[in-house]
Amino acid sequence: MYAQMVTSEGGKARDEMTPEERAFQDRIDRGERIEPKDWMPEGYRKTLIRQIGQHAHSEVVGQLPEGNWITRAPTLERKQILLAKVQDEAGHGLYLYSAAETLGVSRDELTGMLLAGKMKYSSIFNYPTLTWADIGAVGWLVDGAAIMNQVPLQRTSYGPYARAMVRICKEESFHQRQGYSIMMTMARGTPDQKAMAQDALNRFWYPSLMMFGPSDKDSVHSAQSMAWKIKINTNDELRQKFVDQTVPQARFLGLEIPDPGLAWNEEKGGHDFSQPDWSEFYEVLKGNGPCNAERMEARIEAWEDGAWVREGLMAHAEKRAAAHAAE
Amino acid sequence: MSSEWPLWEVFIRGQHGLNHRHVGSLHAPSAEMAIQNARDVYTRRNEGVSIWVVRSNDIAASAPSDKGPLFEPSNAKVYRHPTFFDIPDDVGHM
Amino acid sequence: MPALPETTIPADAVLFETLLRVGDSALILGHRVSEWCGHAPTLEEDIALANVALDLIGQATLWLGLAAEIEGAGRDADALAFRRDAGGFRNLLLAEQPNRDFAVTVMRQFLFDAWHAEMLAGLAVSTDPRVAEIAAKAQKEVAYHLERSETLVIGLGDGTPESHARMQAALTRLWPFTGEPFRGDATDAAAAEAGIAPDPAALEPGWSARVEAVLAEATLTLPDTARFRSGGRSGVHGEALGLLLAEMQFLQRAYPDARW
Repeated sequence: MYAQMVTSEGGKARDEMTPEERAFQDRIDRGERIEPKDWMPEGYRKTLIRQIGQHAHSEVVGQLPEGNWITRAPTLERKQILLAKVQDEAGHGLYLYSAAETLGVSRDELTGMLLAGKMKYSSIFNYPTLTWADIGAVGWLVDGAAIMNQVPLQRTSYGPYARAMVRICKEESFHQRQGYSIMMTMARGTPDQKAMAQDALNRFWYPSLMMFGPSDKDSVHSAQSMAWKIKINTNDELRQKFVDQTVPQARFLGLEIPDPGLAWNEEKGGHDFSQPDWSEFYEVLKGNGPCNAERMEARIEAWEDGAWVREGLMAHAEKRAAAHAAE
Repeated sequence: MSSEWPLWEVFIRGQHGLNHRHVGSLHAPSAEMAIQNARDVYTRRNEGVSIWVVRSNDIAASAPSDKGPLFEPSNAKVYRHPTFFDIPDDVGHM
Repeated sequence: MPALPETTIPADAVLFETLLRVGDSALILGHRVSEWCGHAPTLEEDIALANVALDLIGQATLWLGLAAEIEGAGRDADALAFRRDAGGFRNLLLAEQPNRDFAVTVMRQFLFDAWHAEMLAGLAVSTDPRVAEIAAKAQKEVAYHLERSETLVIGLGDGTPESHARMQAALTRLWPFTGEPFRGDATDAAAAEAGIAPDPAALEPGWSARVEAVLAEATLTLPDTARFRSGGRSGVHGEALGLLLAEMQFLQRAYPDARW
């Protein structure tokens, strides 16, 4: 998902836990929220920083593939909608960094780790947006997949994270719809437009399935995160739900999902579908995806070119404060 | 030079005259810019009519370990709640 | 020898042209600001810039929509935005100047906002109620743009030596474009005469007072170069506008039969 393959620390059996750890786990089991000043195991804190940080980085890097088309949006209204949407992503990054900051790490530290390649962001944003239909596909599929993960996270155990997710989910509700609205227009448009829509689905289908991460039903990290309620569902559960939700939406558009193995399975009450190429996923995570280099370059450039602005405004504020104190 | 902008907590009063409510935080070099940033970040959907900002470092908070002594004693003061008193129905609405 | 008939511009043509001038400036500057999305110095600034761009593009939609209605030739705001070539655009040259660095972006915004606020105050009392209505809405948005760009100009001008130097360079670069907004032509005269729009020259004292006060607080020096560059409002632009339009209009031009 936006936070993929987060390594979690901890994973102790109940009888190995200290009394504090046991009391902490009991609070989570009772459905209580953990707040910033509460005692928490170091592993919980570290895992959360990693997960929320990765989630925040994904929002911010996620501005780039869509931002790519703001200056080429085909109508004034589409331009405004897309700009508002990409602006929301920046806001979501900001909310999430704020949540991470309550755990004792600063936004600049997290940014530093992203730019140094020490923290990751979602694999999906390393794929290019080549046509206007890709903007539709990103909203429909990528935001659709993200929402699937974010809705349950509104109940996550860490208070600031849960509250950020509530705000994000509320704002995201228009994102997937705007993507689908573009897809509808394209799918019902000229033959060129319909071809673009199908091509966008072809290219974004498997990368969207990868967003949920590889199967984690046997992962100890996931088990620990689920015990802490910072992960609510398994990757496979969410992926299945996503496929089942998306198939009829594609059918309505008259578009074909690029998977010959796709079929309804009456017995399980869901679709059977082909797995994405997981070797590709690992390559993208390693930095070898189609746009990894460009995305990182853009973020590094924004950070470095912005340094004089951040320093200039801070210096001015300090001068003002000093003058005020001297009065 | 690394000079991270300080963190500010943002409080917004919505349209309906309720109290200012904590909505989140942001970074800004000064109070003036914190208010402008809060306007841009936290009222994009017509959420507010008034903004307060306060440096996060300036907030004094109760300690979680005091939760018992601070809040549990009020549990016992049941007489502060209207349902404590039995008033006969014949008296009418009170 | 019979006297030549006095040439007058038809009222609708004056209104149409006036709307294009204000609408195109909003559109082109909004487009420029939107180029920052995802690349600003902080997340807070990224979000704020997007708000400015959204306001300006929203205003352009209203101005161009009204222009198209007045023209009555079956075009709409999108047709005006996406199907005119550079020579048909009437924006100020200041609005089309490329972003370059954040200093040029902020300074351009401030110099523009200070004019825009004056211009909208004049349009808000237009004899044409449709013009007055759009201007009144835009006025509130632009009052905030100006407040914000002033804060940034002062903060960066009076910040570090580097931020000061960059702001001074930006001011020097943009200064020649700051005369154009106040230089009227026959269309402006006719619009002012009809009470549709303010006389451009009348906006200058307010603009100058504001700009000089803010630049002084920002410890920046007024350039002594001439404010001579103009042409935007008669369709003679810089090279940068053609490139901007090539990008902005690409889809509508490449797929002329498509609906979006």
